Amino acid sequence: MSAEQTRKLIVLAAIWATLVLAPYWMVPLGGYTALATRVLVLGLAAMSVNFLLGFTGVLSFGHAAYFGLGAYGAGLTLKFLAPSTPLALVAGMLLGGVCGAILGTLIVRRRGVYFAMVTIAFGQVFYYIAFQWSSLTGGDDGLRGFSRQPIDFGLFKLDILSDANNFYFFVLFCFALVVAAMGFILRSPFGRTMIAIRENERRSRFLGIPVERHIWIAFTLSCFFMGFAGALYALVNNFADPRGLHYSQSGDFVMMAVMGGMRSFWGPLLGAAVFVVLQDYLSSITVNWMSFVGLLFVLVVLFFPRGLLGFIQRSKA
Amino acid sequence: MTQLLLFNITNGLIIGAFYVLMALGLSLILNLSNTINFAHGGFLVIGGYIAYAITPYIGFWGALLIAPPLTAIIGLAVERVLIRPLYGRDPLYSLLLTFGLAFIIEDGTRFIFGPQGKPVTIPPFLAQPLSNDFFFITGYRLFMVAVVMIAVALLFVLLRYTRLGIRIRAGTLDLETVAALGINVQMLRSLNFAVGIFLAGLSGVLAAGQLGLEPTMGTGLLMPSFIAIIVGGIGSLPGTMLGGLLIGVASGMTAVFLPAASEAVIYVMMAVVLLIRPRGLLGEEGMMS
Repeated sequence: MSAEQTRKLIVLAAIWATLVLAPYWMVPLGGYTALATRVLVLGLAAMSVNFLLGFTGVLSFGHAAYFGLGAYGAGLTLKFLAPSTPLALVAGMLLGGVCGAILGTLIVRRRGVYFAMVTIAFGQVFYYIAFQWSSLTGGDDGLRGFSRQPIDFGLFKLDILSDANNFYFFVLFCFALVVAAMGFILRSPFGRTMIAIRENERRSRFLGIPVERHIWIAFTLSCFFMGFAGALYALVNNFADPRGLHYSQSGDFVMMAVMGGMRSFWGPLLGAAVFVVLQDYLSSITVNWMSFVGLLFVLVVLFFPRGLLGFIQRSKA
Repeated sequence: MTQLLLFNITNGLIIGAFYVLMALGLSLILNLSNTINFAHGGFLVIGGYIAYAITPYIGFWGALLIAPPLTAIIGLAVERVLIRPLYGRDPLYSLLLTFGLAFIIEDGTRFIFGPQGKPVTIPPFLAQPLSNDFFFITGYRLFMVAVVMIAVALLFVLLRYTRLGIRIRAGTLDLETVAALGINVQMLRSLNFAVGIFLAGLSGVLAAGQLGLEPTMGTGLLMPSFIAIIVGGIGSLPGTMLGGLLIGVASGMTAVFLPAASEAVIYVMMAVVLLIRPRGLLGEEGMMS
């Protein structure tokens, strides 16, 4: 085993150890377990955005739509279909992913800023639907009246509703599944092709790669991941909110990815952690937290465009 | 029924005129600088609040003349300090920066002027309806449309006949060649940005007289302006105008038959246009990709 591989393994082990032990080290540091759960879920969403942005090189600024669809999918399933947590997760993921797949066919023909504009505009469609269709979605008040259900393993039931630690580990398990899927896809020939498109689209096209189809698949996959993250988020809050579909939420996700480091696999999770903790702290000390978040955007773009991990890697090199 | 339809079409045209003004500014900046200006709605709010602040001293007419150039100067400063370093980088960064800027502007106006709506007094003779049959056409609405038409005409004169305008259009097509011909591209981008922000400031003053002012009002007008650009065709200013008017009228007419869908219909229009004619109604081949 080369030194490089050993180093990677150690880093990976450290990341997972930090995540697994989070409920135990976060509370003494003044945090709370639910905060760790939110970081995990929003980090998963940011990693899904980055799956497209960092590894295929196309910017979707409307990904909150698929996140929100996942949340509504899970919430509506729990409320009207069946009180089953796994079913809700699957339903949310399918709703986000299928809508993404359909709209993706229209979106992938555009590139660059135009891709971003079209994704924003299409994302807003779902915001208006959730906002207007109040008989189903609860409109501006959001979807209420459902809660996550204990998981039935046959022999015993895992209570994830009242026990915050149990729920954290459940979310961590789901997170690990999706992250493993992402890592697996990125290592596959398909993932390598995505990176080739990011690096040089024209050349990839000349090599005979069907670029549009690859971008569509990457977009769709990322929407499925996003829908899953959204479904988890609905379970975190026992609530789904139309603002979760709004483009300003998309902006937050993109910011998390950029702040953590777009070119690295784990960067967005770090970005999400910083962003969520900062937002939590700022909104507790000032009503003008929006200005500070805006300022954060401006400062990161001007001074840390490569993100925290990019910054660390460069100063090491 | 005819009157109701007429009412909503007029409404749609007036709203459409707003979208046109906003979208033209966005479009100018997008075409030359490849920057999606998310803070455009924020600059509209700045224009409106400047008008609100100075109307007591110099009256509505004075505010209409002074507020847009003041907004443009603020825009110029923002472009110099914040946006200029980002040209040549991935458009993602200017998008994120202006997105953050929009937050700061919204929160800042709320901090300074409070979250409640503020009225801007318009001259009394403009507030009168024209006649009893057409109660919905107030003098102010006609005046708004007239101002928009004048502004658009002036913009086209600027772009067609002045040296600055010709350079802007040339830069839109091929910025490298324009730079190679010895034209100061940085300056060109700054002035172009200022023209775009001027239009946003003007829409702000006009909107303030019609709708009143709220810190969040810019956000609501931003998205339809995006769609106006996409529907009309990216890279084409006449297309942007057409797109703005079309979506205004479409949402006005939908409001008659299916009020809940009046917001959604513009997105449907966009989807249809993208499906049938991806470059937009008047867009040039290749501009969308």
